[in-house]
Amino acid sequence: MNKIFALAGVVIKELYRRKDFYVLFVLTALLTLGAGTANFFHDDKIIRYVKDICLLLIWVSSIVIAIVTTARQIPAEREARTIFPLLAKPVSRGQVIAGKFLGCWLASGIALVVFYFFFAILNGTREHSWPVGIYLQALWMQWFLLAIVTAMVLLGSIYFAAPSSTNTICFIVVIGLLGLGGHLGKIALQQAPPVQNILMVLYFFIPHLEWYDLRDFVVYDQPMIAWPAIALATLYAAVWTAILLFLAWLGFRRKGLNT
Amino acid sequence: MTTILQTEKLRVEYRSQEVRQGTKIALHGLNLEVRAGEVFGFLGPNGAGKTTTMNVLLGFTQPTSGTASLFGIDVRQPIARQRIGYLPELTYYYKFLTAEEILRFYAKIFGIASGEADKRIAELLKLVELEHAAKRPIKSYSKGMQQRVGLAQALINNPDLLILDEPTSGLDPLGRMKVREIIQRLKNEGKTVFFSSHELGEVETVCDRVGIVHQGELKAVGTVAEISRGHENLEKAFLKIVGFQTTTPL
Ligand SMILES: Nc1ncnc2c1ncn2[C@@H]1O[C@H](COP(=O)(O)OP(=O)(O)O)[C@@H](O)[C@H]1O
Ligand SMILES: [Mg+2]
Repeated sequence: MNKIFALAGVVIKELYRRKDFYVLFVLTALLTLGAGTANFFHDDKIIRYVKDICLLLIWVSSIVIAIVTTARQIPAEREARTIFPLLAKPVSRGQVIAGKFLGCWLASGIALVVFYFFFAILNGTREHSWPVGIYLQALWMQWFLLAIVTAMVLLGSIYFAAPSSTNTICFIVVIGLLGLGGHLGKIALQQAPPVQNILMVLYFFIPHLEWYDLRDFVVYDQPMIAWPAIALATLYAAVWTAILLFLAWLGFRRKGLNT
Repeated sequence: MTTILQTEKLRVEYRSQEVRQGTKIALHGLNLEVRAGEVFGFLGPNGAGKTTTMNVLLGFTQPTSGTASLFGIDVRQPIARQRIGYLPELTYYYKFLTAEEILRFYAKIFGIASGEADKRIAELLKLVELEHAAKRPIKSYSKGMQQRVGLAQALINNPDLLILDEPTSGLDPLGRMKVREIIQRLKNEGKTVFFSSHELGEVETVCDRVGIVHQGELKAVGTVAEISRGHENLEKAFLKIVGFQTTTPL
């Protein structure tokens, strides 16, 4: 376990020493800030709209951070050849996968905490309401969505050599799952049997990222979600993450690495 | 004497990307034995299969057939690498970390307790003469300094066996000298050193035994004296073994 933490530590250290990470991070923070100050219209609709935009920004930005950071991990190790002195140590390839995953996931979690913190402060000062509970739930769910995304990208980075293809494909898949996931069931019901069955099976077997989107709850000041539901969703995300990481390990386990 | 590094009928085929070229056989049933406490020079021309052998020993490459073990443990198990140190032929280290941080990271991978790691890191930085640069990121290092980081990381766990892939290639005479000195020192401490080279002079001065590999096969193995027997010197013996004919007398 210490080996996995050591590996994760290097991922996080690299992130905060690289400048490109900051660009997105600071940009999002600034935009959230900018949008937050737009409270000169005392119109509920507009305020909601601004909140919506802020949250969308946080969503897109955190997904981009998670994808871009993760996609380059293993290819960069191979390209810079740092993978060789590393694997020459008593560390298994499974531990390398786990360490990289943990590092990227924690890093995206840190980014999320900062984003939500900004968001909460802005809303709190403007509306004098602090629905901390729902913020925490939204953050938690989004973080678990990022676990699935990170694991998926890690898997992709083992099969696609170039980080840029991993980035593109994973981004499309994530957007596709988020956009389509919820509707697939409805669409299926409108179809004739053979297509319907196929779509139903598909609906059942894809990871439902859209469940982790609690933005509307935050925007419309909804009450908190029952904790058992959150726990179940967390478990579902954990299972998907484990499956994806297992597949990544299968691909990486026997991969020939040539010096 | 106990054997601590062994390969048996090791065969490695590289499948080429282009179909027409078929497979390239890098190792043809290589049998190798390195005994505890010796300095073993793994000698061969470029492309002989030295790096491939090391890649199998370190678990980077899966052999097509045959087995390899370190300390009697199959190399497929990570624990086989607990007591070894490895210096790759060419490597770059995490550029954004400092030498000290890299060594600390590797110490954690070995599960070395932090107090002990601090002591060890200080010793190693002194050994490779990088104390002054220890807190600077690696990206500001010269090539020679990076090679010395490489040597330090190979020694972090105080290994019993060192696997060095052409440790002196690309170094200036002073750097070579330094590496040879360190090999000698490790030998005096009772460590086993397995290193590859294509430079005969170097091998002659530091090795207890030498193995000559050519086209993926071990052609000769023994002490420098044994291999040179019947020839003028090691160089002539080597050239004979790898099938090099001098057409014109020099
Ligand atoms: N990834 C690879 N794909 C195909 N052939 C390879 C690959 N790596 C090495 N080879 C071939 O295997 C042989 C042995 O290479 P190598 O072990 O690197 O030799 P050495 O280290 O002794 O110079 C060479 O003929 C080389 O061209
Ligand atoms: Mg080589």
